[in-house]
This record gives sequence, C-alpha cells and structure tokens, in this order.
Amino acid sequence: MSFLPFAVAAWVLVVGLYGIVTSRHLVHLIICLSVVQSSTYVLLLAIGYKSGGSAPVFADQPPSPRAVDPIVQALTLTDVVVGTTVTALLLAVAVQLNKRHGSLDPDDLHPLRG
Amino acid sequence: MSASTRRTVFLIAGAGLLALLLYSYAGLPDFGHYRGPYGDILNRVSIPERQATAVVSAVNFDYRAIDTLGEEFILLAAVVGVATLLRRLGGEHEEEPDDETTGRHVPSASVATGVAGLGVVGPTVLIGLYVVVHGHQTPGGGFQGGVILATALLLVYLADHYSTLRRVGPMWLNELAEGLGGAGLTLIGISGLVFGGAFFENVLPLGSMGKLLSAGTIPLASCAVGLAVSGGFALMVSEFLQQTLVVRSDKGSQQK
Amino acid sequence: MSVLQSVALLLVAGVATSVVLTRDPLRQAMVASIYGLVLGILFFVLQAPDVALSQTAVGAVALPLMILLALAKIRSDE
Repeated sequence: MSFLPFAVAAWVLVVGLYGIVTSRHLVHLIICLSVVQSSTYVLLLAIGYKSGGSAPVFADQPPSPRAVDPIVQALTLTDVVVGTTVTALLLAVAVQLNKRHGSLDPDDLHPLRG
Repeated sequence: MSASTRRTVFLIAGAGLLALLLYSYAGLPDFGHYRGPYGDILNRVSIPERQATAVVSAVNFDYRAIDTLGEEFILLAAVVGVATLLRRLGGEHEEEPDDETTGRHVPSASVATGVAGLGVVGPTVLIGLYVVVHGHQTPGGGFQGGVILATALLLVYLADHYSTLRRVGPMWLNELAEGLGGAGLTLIGISGLVFGGAFFENVLPLGSMGKLLSAGTIPLASCAVGLAVSGGFALMVSEFLQQTLVVRSDKGSQQK
Repeated sequence: MSVLQSVALLLVAGVATSVVLTRDPLRQAMVASIYGLVLGILFFVLQAPDVALSQTAVGAVALPLMILLALAKIRSDE
C-alpha cells in the first residue's frame, strides 16, 4: 500500500504518453503533455514525504524534525508555474499552425512542407 | 502507420515502460521514510541562519535562488515567444472587438456578473499582494502571489468589456512589470556578489523572525518574482485575448 | 499511509485517465480544470501548502483559460 504514490506517478506518466501518441487534435496533445508533467510533481512530493509529517512552515510551531522535505517542494512549485507558461507557448504555436494549414490533426501536419 | 497499428505498438511499449518505471520506483526508499540529509538540515538551520519561517520560500529565494533565476528566464522566454507568435502578421488587421462595433446591439454581461466580478477584484489584489509580500513567513511567495494578481486582472475582463481590460492593464504596463521583475531579481543577485562575495548572498539585515521586514533579501526577491510572474501571465492572457477578439484576417473581411 | 492520502492518489489517477480519454478539446479543458483542483488537494494532503497554492491557482484557472482562448481563436479561424 505504501507503493501507491509511485504507482500513481508511473500510471499518470504512461497514460499521458498514450494520450500524446494516439491524439488526433493538437490541443488535446498539449493538454496530455501537461498531464505527463504533473506525474513528475507527484513523484517529487512522494519522495520528500515523511510519515506523520508536517508542513515545513514554522511560523506558528517550533522547528520540528518531523517536517517534510522543503527542497522538493521548492522544485515543484517553480515547475508548476513555468510549466503552464510553456504550455501557453505551445498553444500559441497551435493557433498559428491552424492559421497556416487549416487543420490541427497531427497526422496532417507533415514537417517538410514549404 | 495507421492509427490502430500505432495504438497497438504503443500499448506494448507502454506496458514495458510501466513495468520498468515500477521496478525502478521500487528501489526508492519506502513512501514516508525520507532519508536524505538536506531537507532536515534546511529545516533546522533556516530560522537561525536567515530568520525565515517558511523554509520553502527561503530555499527558492535564498539557498537556491540561482535556480529561481533560471526559471524566471524560462518564463520570460516563453512570454516573449507567445508575444511573438501572436503578433499581428501581414495579411491581418485589427478591428474593434464585436461588442464595440457601432450599430451592433450586443447584450452586455449581466449586472450580477459585473457587480460580483468587480466586487471581487479588490480583495483578490489584496490577497495577491499579501501572499507575495509575506512569502518568507507563511506559505506563499512570488510565484503564487503573481498568479493571483494576474487572475485579478482577468476578473476585470470577465466582469466588463475587453476595452476595460485594455484601460486597466495596458500592454506596456504588463511588459514593464515583467521586465522590472526579471531585472530586479538579477540585481539582487549581483548586489549579493558585490556586497557579500557570493551571487545571491543575503546582504540585508536579517531582522527578527516573524516581522515583515526580516530575512534579508528574501521578501525583496519574492516581490521581484511576484512582479515578473504577474506581468508575464497578464501579458500572455492579454495576447491571447487580443488575438481572439481583435485581430482579424484580411481575407475574411474581404469576403464580407 | 492514511485513507485520505490513498483516496487523493486514486482520484488523481482516475481523473488523469479521464483527461486523456476526453477527446474533444473543449470538454477536455473542463476536465483539466478539475484535474488541477484534484492535484492541488493531493499536494495539500502531502503537507505541501506552497505547491498546492500555486497548483490550484494555475491548474484550475490560468491553464483552462488559455486553452479556451486558444480554442476560441482556432474556431473563429475555421
């Protein structure tokens, strides 16, 4: 049962990859990419967790050795915000692709076309 | 390769990848038995060394501020990319959004939406500023507060017209905020180098724990990042809105 | 591991699967918003309030908004 967080992280990654591979719409593909990114957040936070731990904030309680790891939380939190920005960039690319080619099906978008 | 072939190939490969991932994750320490020393060390020394009670923000803006600088510039690059991709190209022109064209009667947003939206903008800005400024004491900081501030700008658009959004949050203001935020964070790093000998060295007086002006450069870095993130997000959403509502292709209007 | 954490993790796995299996991008944006919320709940249950704050603000509000705007532009270009 204590393997569940890692199993969920692996499942979300593979399911997101399945969505990317079998996608028929570019925006659907981009959202599945953000799902794949979120699996890494779950993995990172699961690594830093301590049983019965408390949040690493000591404004109202003295520092205790039971606080969970703050470093992985710092990594994850910048990742969340910047990942969304990059997703927005991909959406802008999709908008321009639709203007040029008129379709957003990945199968119709051949790379080598003038 | 047809779609069904692709799916079958992926199902086999995906099953293999899943098995490999599960096997490798089984080698990690059990869930809940965190072993590594660095998290415990930081939890122990963050208050004596930096007078910062929120350790995650201390890590983000002091101990590992150079990673935050890198992430900041990824954000800047992505926003520049969005602004470049969604610019008005040749063959397109800008015209008023549909709700401003003269002679066209558009049902405006309901009064309830307008009042509720505009009533919530003030508290949202206040909460965003609170989260940004108190990053070193309570959970929060520049990233979270910046997103909340950008959301406050969006509420203006939802409650009223696009033209109101243009007046309240013009493009140059968003760009200025983002540039100032990125420059501010870099300057804090350089001042640490100049006055302290190490990049991002904490050179301001540390104060005492629990006060607003404590923890040295951490609240300043938090404000700089909050400015940059709020400017960046507001700019991105404004670009999307402008592209959707204002920019029109020349071909389409000629057919009319 | 507590029941709350198990339920949150299973919910994340379930909603992620439904995000991928929703093919229409417009509906998927709504399910992605719910996914952002559920992830925020999971992060909170794993004692990470900072991460939960940014995930909820970003994943439930900013991301679906940008998806919807991109879809509106794509639809008006067709």
